[in-house]
Amino acid sequence: MSTEKQEREPLFSAKNRKLLTNPLSTDNPITVQVLGICSALAVTAKLKPAFVMSLSVIAVIVFANLIISLLRNGIPPRIRIIVQLVVIASLVILVDQILKAFVFDVSKQLSVFVGLIITNCIIMGRLEAFAMGNKPWPSILDGIGNGLGYAWVLIAVGFVRELFGSGTLWGYSVIPETFYNFGYENNGFMILPPMALIIVGIIIWIQRARNPELVEEN
Amino acid sequence: MKLLREFIDKQKPHFVKGGRFEKLESTFEAFETFLFVPDKVTESGAHIRDAIDMKRTMIIVVMALVPALLFGIWNVGYQHFLSNSMTPDFWPMIGFGLLKVLPIVVVSYVVGLAIEFAFAQSRGHEVNEGFLVSGMLIPLVMPPDVPLWMVAVATAFAVIIGKEVFGGTGMNILNPALTARAFLFFAYPSEMSGDRVWIAEKADAYSGATPLGHLLVLDADKMPSDWSMFLGTIPGSIGETSTLAIILGAIVLVATGIGSLKIMLSVISGGLVMGLLFNLWGANAYMDIPAYQHLIMGGFAFGTVFMATDPVSASQTNRGKIIYGFLIGFIAVLIRVFNPAYPEGMMLSILLLNVFAPLIDHYVLQSNIKKRMKRAKAVIA
Repeated sequence: MSTEKQEREPLFSAKNRKLLTNPLSTDNPITVQVLGICSALAVTAKLKPAFVMSLSVIAVIVFANLIISLLRNGIPPRIRIIVQLVVIASLVILVDQILKAFVFDVSKQLSVFVGLIITNCIIMGRLEAFAMGNKPWPSILDGIGNGLGYAWVLIAVGFVRELFGSGTLWGYSVIPETFYNFGYENNGFMILPPMALIIVGIIIWIQRARNPELVEEN
Repeated sequence: MKLLREFIDKQKPHFVKGGRFEKLESTFEAFETFLFVPDKVTESGAHIRDAIDMKRTMIIVVMALVPALLFGIWNVGYQHFLSNSMTPDFWPMIGFGLLKVLPIVVVSYVVGLAIEFAFAQSRGHEVNEGFLVSGMLIPLVMPPDVPLWMVAVATAFAVIIGKEVFGGTGMNILNPALTARAFLFFAYPSEMSGDRVWIAEKADAYSGATPLGHLLVLDADKMPSDWSMFLGTIPGSIGETSTLAIILGAIVLVATGIGSLKIMLSVISGGLVMGLLFNLWGANAYMDIPAYQHLIMGGFAFGTVFMATDPVSASQTNRGKIIYGFLIGFIAVLIRVFNPAYPEGMMLSILLLNVFAPLIDHYVLQSNIKKRMKRAKAVIA
């Protein structure tokens, strides 16, 4: 297999570290490439589902990247999309079964969105753009990087939405009762999907204000 | 007056580039041009020169809002005492109304202007004067009992998300005042709908439902008379109840050429057409109410005159304005009747059409271009 011909390169060379850190900020799959928005809107009303969803996506993207990278020289180019889909779908089924077995309540909340990881463009995009042309180790790092990049946005959005929308975090109420006695109310708008879009928008706004390189020219 | 001018001129060097407070230049500029019409003119290109600038335009709109505001203040007091079955004199009513309405106005202006100044300052722009109007519109579309912190949150949301992200005054897609109201409507529905919030400190036993609220439960007999709905002696948002006061405002806007009569008339006709269609259908009591009543209930009149005509978020082309206005009226009545749980159909339909206004303009322009091209080709051939 091609991996045998690997040149001696340190595991965490500068290039490999970039694979890990770039997707967190300057090449973030959600805020810069604007992929995977559907699930970012759908599962972030509460922190817990957002967290579990993030873990699932990280698991799927890392293993899919690894498997496709190992197979990359054996896949006939004309059917590569099908092969990628089969790999992703099998992994998603595994993840779904594991969630059902160990965290059934969250699995019920996430419902169809676990299955929809198959259609998450981030995963397909990484397989097509990276794993098809790179060795297994960088592919794993790329998977972890992109997974984490997706995860932190999801968790940030979930944090804000749960805190202001339900007054809880991870299901525990954190806003003291006295606030409510003084007339504070939970913001029902936070529970609705449009607010997730607005929060993602604000994250993008802050990110671009701090890093003008990301601003597109028109 | 001259003294003031001299004082400002003396302070000016501190605020221009190189002065002690150069960071506050746009704040200074805002106050200077607020007090005196600036003497700067555009130096190049052909321009239409007019005696009024943006600040003067906005102040006229605020003046057009004054009748609705004054009536609102009185009505807040009137409804409060009526619900407690008291009939005091004129002044106690005004006093109570002021006590309720003034804080909302102050909060809306302070929060909104603070954000506007902060953004202008940090971007190095001049402070824009659009908020003079939005700051007055926001209190007028609030229920009298709304908690002040909600007004503050909604104003901040409207100014930041509704306006500043798009680049400030003149660039916004949605009407900021309606954005504030829509935000509250979805965020805190219990404070923005139902029959509890429309009368300040109402007695429990008294029904505080608005006319639209009565229709929601198909209680058409409890509806107030046409005359009181026209005068506005009914529960409702602070500035929206009195069609009469709004018409006074509309006269000011149309006479000064600031509000578009075309839009107002087409909104009204859109509402009437939809109302008449429902009359023909007549499947329930809500559909059976006379079409003209839709115009004097709820926020229809207020939205028509002050929201739909917002020059920034409305269509710009003449034909576009007619389509835009007609659809606003049409959809407002449609939402009211088909989904009475959203009584403020007017708010939702104006926001919807705000989004579509640029599209309408685009197609009006394209069709005009096509027509002229055809004519040109015919002449050549």
